[in-house]
Formats: sequence, structure tokens, C-alpha cells
Amino acid sequence: MTPRLERRAFLAAAAVVTVLPWTSARATPASMAAAIKEVTGDASVREGRVILDLPPLIENGNTVPLTVSVESPMTVTDHIKAIHVFNEKNPQPHVFDATLGPRNGKAVIGTRIKLGDSQKIIAIAETSTGEFWSASADVIVTLAACIEDLT
Amino acid sequence: MRRVRIGLGLASIFAASFAAAQSGDSSRHSGYQDMGPALQKMQDDDSANPGMLFVQAGEALWNQRTGAANKACADCHRAAAATMKGVAVRYPAIPPGTAKPVDLEGRINLCRTANQKAEPLAGESRELLALTAYLARQSRGLPIAPPDDPRLGPFREQGAELYKRRQGQLNLACATCHDANAGKKLAGVTIPQAHPDGYPVYRLEWQSLGSLKRRLRNCLVGIRAEAYAYDAPEYVLLELYLMDRAKGMKLEAPGVRP
Amino acid sequence: MVNVLINVPKTAKRGDVVEIKALILHPMETGFRPGTNGRIIPRNIVERFSATWNGTEIFRMTMTPAIAANPFVSFFAVANESGTIGFRWSGDEGFLAEESVTITVA
Repeated sequence: MTPRLERRAFLAAAAVVTVLPWTSARATPASMAAAIKEVTGDASVREGRVILDLPPLIENGNTVPLTVSVESPMTVTDHIKAIHVFNEKNPQPHVFDATLGPRNGKAVIGTRIKLGDSQKIIAIAETSTGEFWSASADVIVTLAACIEDLT
Repeated sequence: MRRVRIGLGLASIFAASFAAAQSGDSSRHSGYQDMGPALQKMQDDDSANPGMLFVQAGEALWNQRTGAANKACADCHRAAAATMKGVAVRYPAIPPGTAKPVDLEGRINLCRTANQKAEPLAGESRELLALTAYLARQSRGLPIAPPDDPRLGPFREQGAELYKRRQGQLNLACATCHDANAGKKLAGVTIPQAHPDGYPVYRLEWQSLGSLKRRLRNCLVGIRAEAYAYDAPEYVLLELYLMDRAKGMKLEAPGVRP
Repeated sequence: MVNVLINVPKTAKRGDVVEIKALILHPMETGFRPGTNGRIIPRNIVERFSATWNGTEIFRMTMTPAIAANPFVSFFAVANESGTIGFRWSGDEGFLAEESVTITVA
């Protein structure tokens, strides 16, 4: 009885030790908001014009296909000059920053990202006229069942 | 409110999977059909399928001279698109002059040691995965066609026996999950029928291409069993059985799986 | 050996908006994962990706550890002249990869 309790206590302590530094390194909604503010400054961010496409139920967070499409004529005088993607619960709030311009013809980019947990993703597009538009998505990340032996 | 919506979403997912499990449809289907459209698209598009990076590297190795014989695969086998078409769907098989079945990786290494006079490539090495992926790609879309070799029968039966044998701390057999409970959910994941129709696969969990042997090892770890040694014959026996069980299904290599 | 897959149409009509896809073999090690010895595996990522059309930059992306292993990027470009589309990836541990393809614009 006693050894078992001790073992449990030890496991609990070990869990605290391993979990704490991890949680403190994670992007929280507050740090995501701060990261967004670094990009947008005091300008207002409006919802719309941006389509953020990623699967609502993610089969493995290691590789999540994502597409950001922004409605824009992509002319010299009116185009999207940057697309930024942020997340809420990865260790860091930034996912990527893309720089584009009239030579792209279409403001559509695709990539694959990592998501450590179910969370909110935000895409923000910056226009050549200094406006910010955004879209967000809530996704559920499931875990793989049978994985690697690390030993 | 938001939590309620997520709860309802999950409930409908479970309901859907329950309905599928109850529909009595016992036909074989590939793990591809259990994936969402985004991952299916990743597999289907050669310019987006990360496994194609290995196929490309395999093509370079195919044409590269190596070993004491200073021969490339292409020096004997010429264009893989013609000569290697239909090879991957036949393995494991018993090579001429031998008595035991080998998998495709084993066959590549036999060719290396016997004909190129080169060291065998290490299991799961980038080179061996690349050559295997390149060969398997030549058979993509072809039906899995185990050879009609009566000598394979006893080996296949041993593989079937392994597949049905309970083992590990969880006391599960391959068949417990992949026959009796395929199509149901294990946590959020659909339990696949475990067909070897995409190997080598780019598994998102690995963030790399890997062999069927690697996947089988993951299963053994999953049921808390001690995995067979890397060079153990059990993997080939299981593969013989699985390929026979998947006979006629189309090879998708290099597949993408979660 | 640099292992890169680029997909760009070989030909295009002037003014067409063509899709460009680029895939590169790279572990994108996050710097947040412990290895088998319990120590954190050092970060090793591609930090910058850029594309040029006849030498003029047309697209750029700053990556983070949240980009998946073997980074894939797709984007579009207006085909205005025949020439060379260049790609460049750079990052941790002095990583540098370059690749180029040609396109004929009629």
C-alpha cells in the first residue's frame, strides 16, 4: 500500500516537473494578441475578405494543410502585401509571415503547419492601403493511436 | 455556447461512425478512404505528396553506379517504368535459388550484395526507403497480386497465425482491432482495416516516409508487446498474410496516412 | 544532396496566373521536443523561403517551428515573360538550398 502511494506521489511530482516548463513556453491567447499587435500596431482589424481553409477535424497535428485566400484585385495600387498566421496554443504564437504583391495575381497561399492541440487559428491580411482583414478557425486535433517507441 | 457546439460536433462524428459500423458493410477498404479530403488530396497530388521527395531520390539512386561491381540498378534493369512495373505488388516472394520469402527491401539488398557487390542498405535508411518508394511507385494503381507460389503457403499461414495471436500487456491481436473493430473509433481516430496498400507511406505522425515494418513495430508498441527484432522473420510473415488479405486492392505507394 | 520538388507549368500564356508549388526535404525540428536522452533537441528549421522571377523577388515567407516537416509552399504568379523562376531556402545550422526552373511564356 505504502510503496504504491509513494510511487503515485512520485509520478505526480514528475508530471509537475515535466509539464510546468512546457506550459509556460506555450502561446496563450494573450501572447497571440500581443503578436498580432506587433503586426497591426494600433490599426483596427476587420473580419472579412479572408478565407482560412483548414480541416475542422485534424487527423494529425504534425502536418495540417492550410490555405489562406484573400479577395483582392492584386493591382499595383490595390493589393495584399502580407499574410500573417497566428495560433493560440503552440509554444509560439507566430506560424508564418508571407510577403506578396501585384506580381502574384491572386492572394492565395498554401502551406502545412503543426498544431500541438485543439485551438483557434487566425489569418490576417494587410492591404497596400494599410487595412487589416482577418479570418479565424477553431480546429480539433486528434492524436494518433499507435506511435513510435522512443527507446 | 461554444463548448456546446463542439460537443454536438463530436456527438455527430461519433454518431456517423457508429452508423457506418452498424451498416454491416464489411467490404475491404483502404486507409485512404478513412482520411479526410485534405489528406487524400495530399496523397493524390504528386507535386504535394511528400513521399515523392523519396521517389525522386530513389530515381537518382537507381541510376547511380555503386559497389565493387560499379553497376547501377539501371545498368541491368534499364528503365524502371517498364521493367519494375508490377514488381512491388508481388512481394514478399521467394527469390530464385533461395527457400525463404523476402520483402521488397530485402530483395533490393539481395541485388545489391549479389550483383552490385555493395554493402546492404540499413533498414529504414533514407536510401533504402527511397529505392523502395521508387520501385513501389512504378506499380501505383496496380492490383496487389501475391505470387502463385505453393512454397509461400506455409509462411502465409504462419503470418495469419501471428495476426490472430493475442500478445502484449493489453492482450490484443492484430485481428482484435483491424478485423473485429475496424471502422470504429479509438479516441478520435478511425481504426483502419490495416491493408498494406500504401507502403512505403508518408506517415504524418513520423513526419517522414517509413516501411510497413516500422508501422508494424508501432502497432506492437501500441498493444504494449515487445516488438520483434529488426531482422526477425515475423515481419515478412505478417506482410505475406496482409498482402494476401489485400489481394486485388490497388497499390497507392507512396501513400499518405495520419 | 538537395531534395526539392518544384511544380510550375512549363508553358503559359502572357498574363496567365500560374500556380507554383515547392516542397523540400527538411526535418523542421522545433527546438521544443526532448530527445531519447531527455534533453531538448536543438532547433533546426528553415527560416526563410523566397522565389524570384528572372531575378525579381515575387514571394517571400518567414517560417517558424510551427511549419510542418518537409515544408510545402504554394502561391501564384502572373506569367509576364519567359525565363527562370528561382527558389531559395535558408535557415538554422547554415542551411541553404537553391533550385530553379524555366518557364516559356508566349
